[in-house]
Amino acid sequence: MRPSGALLGVVPFFAYVTVFLLIPALVVVIGAFVSGGRPTLGNIRALGEPAVTSALWHSVVLSVVTAVVGAVLGAILAYAVSTARPNGVLKRFVTSLCGVLAQFGGVILAFAFLATFSAQGFLTRLLGVGGGGLWLYEWDKGLMLVYLYFQVPLMLIVFLPAVEGLRPQWREATETLGGSTALYWRKVAGPILLPSFIGALLLLFTNAFSAYATAAALVSQGAPLLPLQIGGTFTSEVVLGQEGVGKAMALAMVVVVAIVMTAYAVLDRRASKWLVR
Amino acid sequence: MRRRQDLFRWVVVTLTLVFFGLPLFSMLEFTTRDSAGHRTAATWSALADFGVISTRYPDLRAGFLASVGLAVLTVVVMLVLLVPTMTWVRLRLPGLGRTVEFICLLPLTVPAIVLVVGLTPVYAWVTYFLGGNAIWLSFAYVVLVLPYAYRSLDAGLRAIDVRTLSEAARSLGASWTTVMLKVILPNLRTAVLSASFLAVALTLGEFTIASLFSRTNLQVAMYLIGKSDAQISIAVGLASLVFAFVILFAMSFVGGARSATSPLARLRRNRKELT
Amino acid sequence: MTAAPTAYDKAATDATRGVAVELTGLHRSYGPVQALDDLNLRLAPGELVALLGPSGCGKTTALRCLAGLEDPDSGRIEVGGLDLTRVPTNKRDLGMVFQAYSLFPHMTARQNVEFGLQLRRQSSQQRRARAAEMLDLVGLSTQADRFAHQMSGGQQQRVALARALAIEPQVLLLDEPLSALDAKVRVQLRDEIRRIQLEVGTTTLFVTHDQEEALAVADRVGVMRSGRLEQIAAPEELYSRPVNDFVADFVGVTNRLPGDADAKSATVLGGSVPLLVGSATSGPVTVLVRPEHLVVHADPNGPDAVTSVSFLGAHGRVIVGLAAGGQAIVQVPSSAVSNYPPGTRVTVRPTGEAALAVSART
Repeated sequence: MRPSGALLGVVPFFAYVTVFLLIPALVVVIGAFVSGGRPTLGNIRALGEPAVTSALWHSVVLSVVTAVVGAVLGAILAYAVSTARPNGVLKRFVTSLCGVLAQFGGVILAFAFLATFSAQGFLTRLLGVGGGGLWLYEWDKGLMLVYLYFQVPLMLIVFLPAVEGLRPQWREATETLGGSTALYWRKVAGPILLPSFIGALLLLFTNAFSAYATAAALVSQGAPLLPLQIGGTFTSEVVLGQEGVGKAMALAMVVVVAIVMTAYAVLDRRASKWLVR
Repeated sequence: MRRRQDLFRWVVVTLTLVFFGLPLFSMLEFTTRDSAGHRTAATWSALADFGVISTRYPDLRAGFLASVGLAVLTVVVMLVLLVPTMTWVRLRLPGLGRTVEFICLLPLTVPAIVLVVGLTPVYAWVTYFLGGNAIWLSFAYVVLVLPYAYRSLDAGLRAIDVRTLSEAARSLGASWTTVMLKVILPNLRTAVLSASFLAVALTLGEFTIASLFSRTNLQVAMYLIGKSDAQISIAVGLASLVFAFVILFAMSFVGGARSATSPLARLRRNRKELT
Repeated sequence: MTAAPTAYDKAATDATRGVAVELTGLHRSYGPVQALDDLNLRLAPGELVALLGPSGCGKTTALRCLAGLEDPDSGRIEVGGLDLTRVPTNKRDLGMVFQAYSLFPHMTARQNVEFGLQLRRQSSQQRRARAAEMLDLVGLSTQADRFAHQMSGGQQQRVALARALAIEPQVLLLDEPLSALDAKVRVQLRDEIRRIQLEVGTTTLFVTHDQEEALAVADRVGVMRSGRLEQIAAPEELYSRPVNDFVADFVGVTNRLPGDADAKSATVLGGSVPLLVGSATSGPVTVLVRPEHLVVHADPNGPDAVTSVSFLGAHGRVIVGLAAGGQAIVQVPSSAVSNYPPGTRVTVRPTGEAALAVSART
């Protein structure tokens, strides 16, 4: 078969990704600079409106806070789990639970949260604290807490392989050379895990930054986060040019995620050189 | 040393389980309570009866059936699209390998909400040609699944040395079709299974795209019913969480250590240097 | 246990600055498994002792007890006259080389070697000079700025050796340092370890499951089984005068031939073989004869027939099916290999070198 014949074999794949991935990408990129069929910077300029900038700001703060807190808690949990028997039930139980929560979160987590903390919620009734309150539905209180329910599990899942990649020989070599346990963590294990940790932190950031379902299910008033703003351009009665602004916001979101994911890929490559041999 | 580690582990794991277990327990408590505050199994017995569900909550029935159909179609399209292409690229067009990988990983940088924005005109055409059935969301779900499925299959293909196997089969007189069906596919079984599992998990948990395109799948149905009858939708949510957990937990025993904990774990573990 | 005063004394006088190591009555069990069962071992200053045995024989446990990475249930560990039994690893002043992957992956070769010196609060010039010296000693001065993942397995183990020796440890512990390497690199590095050890004169314990390796590098070799030392002796003594059939089988190639013992000799394959101390002395026995202690002659009327021959370079090996049952491996000069095509009728005779006999059990 000639090479041109061989190329026929990949036509379906490229046709599919053109229609369902590349065209949507172009729609977003081009749409961000078009309004009413004419090129414009108006959509991009609209990103400067207070509603959008505050949504972007909230999204970033929410993502940073839940990524940092989730990463720290998840890392501690990952280390604790790594000291258990390698194929024991405890480890399987915790990783399975985290797999479900990290992946399946979305709407169900919002419900779980309501069942716990709302005015009719279990904990509210148990503690007798009156009225649930509106804090549940605010992006910097309730949402932050509920986001941790998928951030911590995600951290466990992406960070556990790194912790398990620490070889016992490194600790033993440190000891035979005269180092204490504290020194091992400071000079050996810490620096080795750092790239993995930062990489996982970045992944958590993009995870929170692009999450839509939980927030959509929980927040019914206004659109405090960027994904909700974008979603809003679909559901609200379309103001003229609103579509274009939605595309500009989507583009901004992709840019942020792409930058962070690139940094993640670089760090992860470094980490896998050290840990997977 | 050892004992201190054990103590640390148990403290951390216990706190974690309380943290994660509390909302799950609250869901159970909430769904077994009647208006007077007494225990009742009414919600769960309603849920166990598909007839009652169908008549009383048609959305739930529709969403459930749509999600099952979506899962099946997504897996099929994903496999038909990826397995032959990836194998073919390895065998005949190794120069395209990096391009295919790049394209497959691209969706990682595209949040679902952004995909919705870009897909709007595409789905206008899909609806025009195929109608508005929720099942056509599969085309978008395949894109979401692409990175994870690619990693799974890539790991499988790495492990079997496609080139040598196919050269061996060709030297014994096999046609390309025979090579694919009788040599490559059977050896990819585990990878295909794990890619399919990831696709099913992602499909069943998807909310964003379905919701914004106003199609009803399981998650959307739960959301909609939650507005009128919180108990039944919370019960469905808890049931699906437990179901997913049981499947994952069982699979952790079958497929070796943490083979299917999460698409993201798969993504990370299989990352290797391309040479 | 057979003492080997000659090798022991030689090592003691050669020692430049090594210290003595003494393990007394070490016991260690993991549940029902006895990893160490009353192990007694003494290393003279500057001596290199290899512990040899199949996996699970306790050799690694012995080394790890000496390192302090494992606590013995009972017994005593002394280094240079000091009791270290309860001293934690990081206070024992040891150098250890692991099987593989022990280099810190985030540090260059030089930083790895400097690590122990840094812990000893040496100035950076001192550390640099010492690291350069050590890397030079292992032949890697040009690779100082490489990371572990940029080096071959053999190079990594050299750096690990340099790192262990940089701190001038009292004792050097080598835990199967060559087993993850290719055959060729293994031989090369093995000879180099011996050269370096003689040069620095550090008392060394070397654990391995490879008998050739143990015989090649050690002053004395200890053969272990089920947590006990079966025999410890200089390599040539271990090879020519094994105390039991386990040692004879484990060290070198051995034929198990049926024979009849009569006091100090036994009749094997129609010839007489003097018996070593510790042999069974009467009745039917199994005699353990080395391939080089048998000769083979082409003989048209011979009872036995050649089943295969192999050319091994310096010599050849003829495998003979014996009329009496079983087979015998016979070493022949390589020039003679072509004289024995498979099927040749032959007779096999012992050369009369002393051998060990054990009573024939089955």
